[in-house]
Amino acid sequence: MKIMRQIEPWLFLAPSLIVILAVFGYPVIRLIQLSTQKTIEGVTRFTGLATFGTLLRDDIFLKAVTNSLYLLLCIPVMVFIALLLAILLFERVRGWQTYRSILFLPYLLPITVVGLVFAYFFELNGAFNDLLRAVGLDRLALEWLGNSRLALPTVMVVIIWKEVGFGMILFLARLMSVEEDLFDAARIDGAGWWQLQRYVTVPQLATVIEFFSVVSVITMLSWVFGYVYTMTFGGPANATIVTEFYIYQKAFRFNQMNLAAAASLLLLLVTWVFIFLELRLRNRSGLREVSG
Amino acid sequence: MKLAKKPSLWVGKLSRQLILLAAATVSLIPLYFMVISALKGREEYLENKWGLPSVPVLTNFVTSLVQESTPNRYFNSLVLTVGAVAISTLFACLAAYAFARLRFPGKNTLFNMILALMVVPPVVMVVPMFVSMARLKLVNTYEGVILIYVGILLPFSVYLLTNFFETIPQAIVDAGRIDGCNNLGIFFRIMLPLSAPALVTLIVVNSMWVWNELLIALIFLQKDDLKTVMVGVSAMRGRYYLDVPATMAGLLIATIPIIILYLFGQRYFIRGLTSGAVK
Repeated sequence: MKIMRQIEPWLFLAPSLIVILAVFGYPVIRLIQLSTQKTIEGVTRFTGLATFGTLLRDDIFLKAVTNSLYLLLCIPVMVFIALLLAILLFERVRGWQTYRSILFLPYLLPITVVGLVFAYFFELNGAFNDLLRAVGLDRLALEWLGNSRLALPTVMVVIIWKEVGFGMILFLARLMSVEEDLFDAARIDGAGWWQLQRYVTVPQLATVIEFFSVVSVITMLSWVFGYVYTMTFGGPANATIVTEFYIYQKAFRFNQMNLAAAASLLLLLVTWVFIFLELRLRNRSGLREVSG
Repeated sequence: MKLAKKPSLWVGKLSRQLILLAAATVSLIPLYFMVISALKGREEYLENKWGLPSVPVLTNFVTSLVQESTPNRYFNSLVLTVGAVAISTLFACLAAYAFARLRFPGKNTLFNMILALMVVPPVVMVVPMFVSMARLKLVNTYEGVILIYVGILLPFSVYLLTNFFETIPQAIVDAGRIDGCNNLGIFFRIMLPLSAPALVTLIVVNSMWVWNELLIALIFLQKDDLKTVMVGVSAMRGRYYLDVPATMAGLLIATIPIIILYLFGQRYFIRGLTSGAVK
């Protein structure tokens, strides 16, 4: 009976743990193998860190990492816009529920669809440039995704467009769980609009803003494949290549599995740092207690 | 409150409306662009990008449905969505019950480890998984892809359900125990029925995720008759480069299930996606 009691939890956990080991555990071991070995003409040799050396000397890889870091610039913009929208909605502006539904919609649309629609939208003779020409800004009608200096910022605009709704909905949900008295008290004390936001809203949202920022860092570093694949395919001339796309390209276009594995391992280590940070934030801010 | 504030109040209201109206417009433009373009002929699209179609044409939908074997793609996406969501929900329920209600050594550590997996980039697993699955002949099978999806969905599902199970009052569980329920009985007769809202939330959010997924479907289902809706449309741009309206029709057909899901299950989306951060 006692043994049954000890075993029982593991029986409940077993199906999940087996899948998780197969999908996460085993691949990590394979990654270490793949990135430290090389098979030439059927003979597998241990190559140590040589693959990592090759990787770090590859200009395209360095370009991909730089671009991935560039994407982080989206985050402050996203936080700002999401904050503004959440505050306006929270003030129960007339029609706020309809606005909320509309503003949240981009986040749910498939990245593939969003990416392709924007790819046409930003073409040289696309709808966006038509609009610019119509208002006399002909000089600004550029090839947004085909120009190596503009392509990455354009992709970033699309990412912000799609991801901002998530921040907004998080912030709004948090604001709605704040005691109304807190706002009333501040108003009675004579706080103006800016003061109210500065001293009540933003501090109340601090933990959620942190949470959203860390989640967004992870998104930017490792969940943006779909945008690049559909909008630019990494081009022009690798201007929009990101780490994720580099891995895809090396593994499935050029069949350089060892290089792809080494890059994957590095990406995993970097995200690991942020995952750790996220867990720390979660524990520190007591997020677990207030969730569910 | 004071009289002097009245005009600024009015200005404030107007500017709020304007900001939200502008944001809503920007949010809807791609959708608008997609719908009107899908209803235009090829020539009309070139001349008139923003306006409504003079005469709406439906041929683009026919092109997209017939030439792109859309029904087949829909079937594939549906199999993956139903399979992955059903299995991951069942497994996650069981695990969440253990985390929320049973005692065992190393519980918190294990829970945190699973939590951490929530954000592991899928692309990291793709390379080694592909190598292994090629050897096991699981590439180009539904099973292989469903296995990967279940793995990716599990951490979030376990997290959401554990938190929900923890909110179910212990008194109800104790009452069940007094009535002679064992753990499995409590799980099926008490926890699951009481968790219906959380389960619906989870199913809605996870279904959307699987339907929208591109990377894994692209790599693991390369045979043409196994391709998913998203993989299918991602290739349309190359194939119909000069026929933008046909592509737009394809994109619209791919998006409709998500929009329907959103119209009916909006509150579940909001609840599901904000859990983990707020009450």
